[in-house]
Amino acid sequence: MNRLELTGLTAGPAQVWGGVRLVPLLREVPVEGLRLHREVYEGLGAGIVELGPRERYLSYIPHGLVADWSGEEDGRGPEAGRQSAAYGTQFGSGDKPRAIPLPPVPHHRMAKRRPGDRLRFLPLHLALEGYLALHFGGPSTAWEEWSRTALRDGLSPRAEDAYLGLSVRGLADALRIFEIHPGQCGVMVYVSDALAAAFVVPHPDDYRLLHASLVEDLYGELVHQYALYGAPVAETPVRIGGAEHIRDLGELRAAARAQERAWAQAHDTLFAGELLDTSYAFDRVYRMKSFTLWRFLPPFVRDSGGQHIGETITDHKGQVAYLKTFRLSDAQIRRGHLLRTVAGAGWELDRAAAALGSSREELVRRMRAAGFSALLKSSL
Amino acid sequence: MNTPDSRADLVAAEDVLLFVNAAITATGQREFRSSAVGQQLSLDFLHTYVRVNYRRVYAASLALDINHHNAALIVRRLLETADEASPEERRTEGRLIAARLAALPPQRVYRLFGELRRAKVNNRRTRAIMRGWLAARPDLGHDAVKYRAGVKTVARHIHLPCPEGAEPIAEIGAFLFRPGKLPRYEHPLLDAWRRAHYEQGAVAELPFTVAEGFAAKHGMKREVFLKRAAPRMTRLERLRTQEQRTVGDRRPDVDLTVMPLTRLALYVLSLGFEERSERRAELTGALRAAARRAAGAHAGSWGRVHAVLDDSFSSSGSGQKRRRPLAVALACHHLLEVLAAPGAYRGLWISGAGDALLVRPWGPTPLGMRILDALEPGADGAAPDRLVIVSDGWDNAPAGLAGEVLRVWRRRLDPARRTAVVHVNPVYDAQGFDVRRLAAGVATAGIRDAEDLPALVEIARFAEGRTGPAELYTYLDRQVARFTGEGAAS
Repeated sequence: MNRLELTGLTAGPAQVWGGVRLVPLLREVPVEGLRLHREVYEGLGAGIVELGPRERYLSYIPHGLVADWSGEEDGRGPEAGRQSAAYGTQFGSGDKPRAIPLPPVPHHRMAKRRPGDRLRFLPLHLALEGYLALHFGGPSTAWEEWSRTALRDGLSPRAEDAYLGLSVRGLADALRIFEIHPGQCGVMVYVSDALAAAFVVPHPDDYRLLHASLVEDLYGELVHQYALYGAPVAETPVRIGGAEHIRDLGELRAAARAQERAWAQAHDTLFAGELLDTSYAFDRVYRMKSFTLWRFLPPFVRDSGGQHIGETITDHKGQVAYLKTFRLSDAQIRRGHLLRTVAGAGWELDRAAAALGSSREELVRRMRAAGFSALLKSSL
Repeated sequence: MNTPDSRADLVAAEDVLLFVNAAITATGQREFRSSAVGQQLSLDFLHTYVRVNYRRVYAASLALDINHHNAALIVRRLLETADEASPEERRTEGRLIAARLAALPPQRVYRLFGELRRAKVNNRRTRAIMRGWLAARPDLGHDAVKYRAGVKTVARHIHLPCPEGAEPIAEIGAFLFRPGKLPRYEHPLLDAWRRAHYEQGAVAELPFTVAEGFAAKHGMKREVFLKRAAPRMTRLERLRTQEQRTVGDRRPDVDLTVMPLTRLALYVLSLGFEERSERRAELTGALRAAARRAAGAHAGSWGRVHAVLDDSFSSSGSGQKRRRPLAVALACHHLLEVLAAPGAYRGLWISGAGDALLVRPWGPTPLGMRILDALEPGADGAAPDRLVIVSDGWDNAPAGLAGEVLRVWRRRLDPARRTAVVHVNPVYDAQGFDVRRLAAGVATAGIRDAEDLPALVEIARFAEGRTGPAELYTYLDRQVARFTGEGAAS
């Protein structure tokens, strides 16, 4: 498995608002046997996640998702009441608190089994962790060029920037006025016609509830910049060509239908191509009967359009039931590319430089420019 | 101008139509796609533009069925800039203003007068207009109780003399400016207001809005208070409080059939689906009766009518105009049924809903496909005489298909214009300074209340571009003559 398989999902007509274009993804039939629910957490999105006995991190966690493969109607089992708050409970009084108290109970693990056939996971955390933890351990061989910190702590601390959907200009409005299609199970978010995120769920009812949660998700810095500086995108209204050959209403109707098909095709090849045609490295996180939760990393090839990290749930045929992606910026792709190459060369600078087709000095310069100077000895 | 259809004339006619559309739909409130501030800014520009360039038309639009918000705005602007008008223009404007003020609800007029005071417009003419309007009020005592602050402001602004001994004006003067001085009032409402401070029985004698405050002060139980206050409520207050006054299964008998059509549609849409289907006969009957009343002499005169009605998510309006576009569509549905020849009406909801009573704002707007459905011949195999589209003009599944369908259909399939297409739009588009259009060749008119549909279709004729500006001005003059004539007669 190395590709995203979006069979069963067709692209609907896009809705444009300012610089944001939202393309609905429609399913003929919902995915059998899997539902997603939303859990809203207290504390304005501040939360702690406990990874191991002494590892924990502090993060922005507005909500979690609960995958439910028990097949019970609406996820409400007789013995296990659904553990979720009503939408909106996190918004307290209007005044801004000076300090946000951390919730007393940390989340245990990013993906945690719940009573019954349920799994709670923190959306996008899996994907971002996959990217941040890329060769996190540091040099595997203690070549003399690497600093002592690099050998002792690896890449820690490793930081990347992401932006809240609310701060992406125009996104909140575009989502608010978006008219959800019947049977809609997903959406592709384009900002200045660059694919910013893809979101797919198994069932239309889940989508209706989770649609608004997109504004609380994380978006890459590129998306934020495009939204801030980009101009409104063209609405590209349809044109019925060859009008002189239309002689009755039936032919006019056929011409209109052809426009709809043309758009769906154009979207899959032209707009979403970069997401669907890339081969990814999948990493299994959890298996739930016939469904599997994965996170994936792109190949970090440079100069090949946008690259997306993300997480997905696939069924036994490899078809996507749930998908959430995060677009990396060029700098982030560059960092991933460098780390991949250096690790592939056994952390030996000369071999890595040869693999990149450049000199050792150039590689050192590039690593420093990419923000990895702490890894290298200062004498270099 | 020598050439009747010179370019300047055409532009002027376009501007006039644009302004009329805006004045009918825009209320300066939040819409589905734009904020209240955006709407107000846009409207403010449009008012200034039209007032400066076409002052005559600006005043004449008071004679059309524009909404109260814009009517008050126009009156205010005209009075503020009276020095820009010639004496003759001022005379016409005065007549139009007086006639329009008489037709406006009193709370709007008091607010307008308050705004004039704040803008420091206090010339002899303005004072005379205010005095004339106050003199025509049937019961100033009632106004003094219900719109206390408004009456007080006006009285102060126009130096309303309240001489001793000239009842009831002297008493009202005492009531407004020296409250608590007189031991009792002759006017029953003023006296009820005095007694309501300490006597619960007097509360129910007051107008509902005033009584509500006293009821809260006395801590009266809401149900008891509503029951007692019911006889003094206005028609709309009765409709609004109907749900609160329901005790168990017994619903207070409000005669729904006397309600205006669009208000009634709003009320129907505010009910849950179960209640709507339970009261199906009553609600449908009331809607039909209201539609028949609104249609009046036009009933059955439109021939075969097909309609496309927008119930997409955007028809849910905003928090300030809740479900307004959908209510307009629902009201139009019933009105068109009456306007069409018997059995020759077909209404198509965009979502494909078959039951008009159970519509809800939901889903996308595949307007193009539904227009194609509506253009299909009706039951008797003949093409429709009229196609009416009620929509906010945001066609998004896919965008622009409706315009293309109408363009190709007009050019290729119906060049003889057997079918008249009219698009009525209940939403003002702040960015475009107009209601949003579907296609260049399709007449678009703004709509606020479905009851105005026959009049709007008449205006929309001018927007198609087949009648010249001369006809438009004749139409406007006729409306002005009718409006001021009526105002003088009443």
